[in-house]
Amino acid sequence: MAPSSRSAGSERAGARREVVYLDNAATSWPKPPGVVAAMVHYLEAVGANPGRSGHHRSAEAGRIVLAARRAVAALCGVQSPMRVLLGPNATWALNQAIAGLLQDGDHVVTTSFEHNSVLRPLTALAGAGTITLTVVPGSADGRVDPDAVAAAITARTALVVVNHASNVCGAVQPVAEIGHRCRERAVPLLVDAAQSAGAVPLDLTRQGIALCAVAGHKGLLGPTGTGALVLADDFEPDRLRPLLLGGTGSRSDSLEQPAVLPDRFESGTLNVAGLAGLAASVEWLLGEGGGPEAIGRREAGLRAEFVALAEATVPGFQLVGPRGGDLTGVVSFRVAGQSVSDLAQRLDDEHGVLGRSGLHCAPAAHRALGTFPAGTLRFAFGAFNTGEQVEAAVAALAAIGERRPSP
Amino acid sequence: MTTLHVLFFSTHHALWAEEVLRTAGMTARVVAVPRRYSSDCGYCVRVVEAPEPAIAAALAAAGVEYDRIVRDTDGVSS
Ligand SMILES: Cc1ncc(COP(=O)(O)O)c(C=O)c1O
Repeated sequence: MAPSSRSAGSERAGARREVVYLDNAATSWPKPPGVVAAMVHYLEAVGANPGRSGHHRSAEAGRIVLAARRAVAALCGVQSPMRVLLGPNATWALNQAIAGLLQDGDHVVTTSFEHNSVLRPLTALAGAGTITLTVVPGSADGRVDPDAVAAAITARTALVVVNHASNVCGAVQPVAEIGHRCRERAVPLLVDAAQSAGAVPLDLTRQGIALCAVAGHKGLLGPTGTGALVLADDFEPDRLRPLLLGGTGSRSDSLEQPAVLPDRFESGTLNVAGLAGLAASVEWLLGEGGGPEAIGRREAGLRAEFVALAEATVPGFQLVGPRGGDLTGVVSFRVAGQSVSDLAQRLDDEHGVLGRSGLHCAPAAHRALGTFPAGTLRFAFGAFNTGEQVEAAVAALAAIGERRPSP
Repeated sequence: MTTLHVLFFSTHHALWAEEVLRTAGMTARVVAVPRRYSSDCGYCVRVVEAPEPAIAAALAAAGVEYDRIVRDTDGVSS
């Protein structure tokens, strides 16, 4: 490393404040051991474009990409790593699935707990008259009834899209129950697993999921700029049209997009540094990290501790969404008499506690929870948060409450 | 010594095949496709001294898609 960049780095490090990072639903931090080293190894010692050239560095870069694919396939219970289509984020994966599958005249069923990365593409298609859309309402405690989803399916339904775990309130939907109902009706289920992958076990075939969109940079603990659309082993990929066409390193003689997976859906150079990090993070998650179930249980445990302590010690604390049931580490709340944006700002400025206030790119979810348009403050406990950090966050909320200027 | 080359439609499958064949105990390595073969992708997997049916079986069991297996004899192998 150049000395100048080293000193710039240490100056930045010197300026860094201690923080309690509770924004893991936006992107997770810190990353597991080995992630940064894997990224640096690629950038310093490999460097080449994966699969584009015949030389050994290009092959080595390709092996890194394969490792990421294999790790994500294992996490989703998918046999073939070639069914893991890599891209920049969960939004790309959701758009690839939605735009790739739907045709004129199709009907789509989705839920009010969806993120804008689902609702905006669907609303645009509905607005253009391409599809008709049914949005199944969720309950104020964050739940979607599988029977209500099944009841919305018609003879024209070509796709059901369901958020697995809410990025607003942490509710985990009974995705297997929904999946089995979709399978009975032969309608593919697209699951938005942006908030569940890495914290809730996934097994696509067993859960009746045809397509699964994941973010590499949230619960999978990899770097930003990584995501994947995972196709179940029994999903027929010919049904899906690629969003992007271009160079794939294969069939260079042909002007037609290759049919083979994953090339058909991966035009352009991949984010290999990011994928090196993702391979390392998912390998950690499935090994030393204890697996999604154990990590998810710990995160939900921190959420429960936070709610109990805040309700006992923070005057005016109001939990939004579910108290029990299947949950992740995501929690939404308000404090009576305080605006959520001011509260988030003061937590950051005065206590170094980092959460996220507002509508969390999910206005329909906030409507269902009764918190639109004011929104909530969200904490998202991640794999590396601790009980002490929960206590520090609650103490910060209590301190801000005490020092609040009287209205 | 017998050398076989497995040709692919996709570089990703070539790299996957390398891993699958090595896991099956074979001496396999991704190399650039020798000029005398035309192929859809720039890589092939060179396998040394393994019977063709064993290679085909290992690839099929894993689900690796390949174009074809070509055989070189000692002296003319790449
Ligand atoms: C439920 C949900 N879906 C999709 C996304 C989009 O993820 P990405 O930022 O990786 O595109 C998010 C991110 O906040 C999310 O919470």
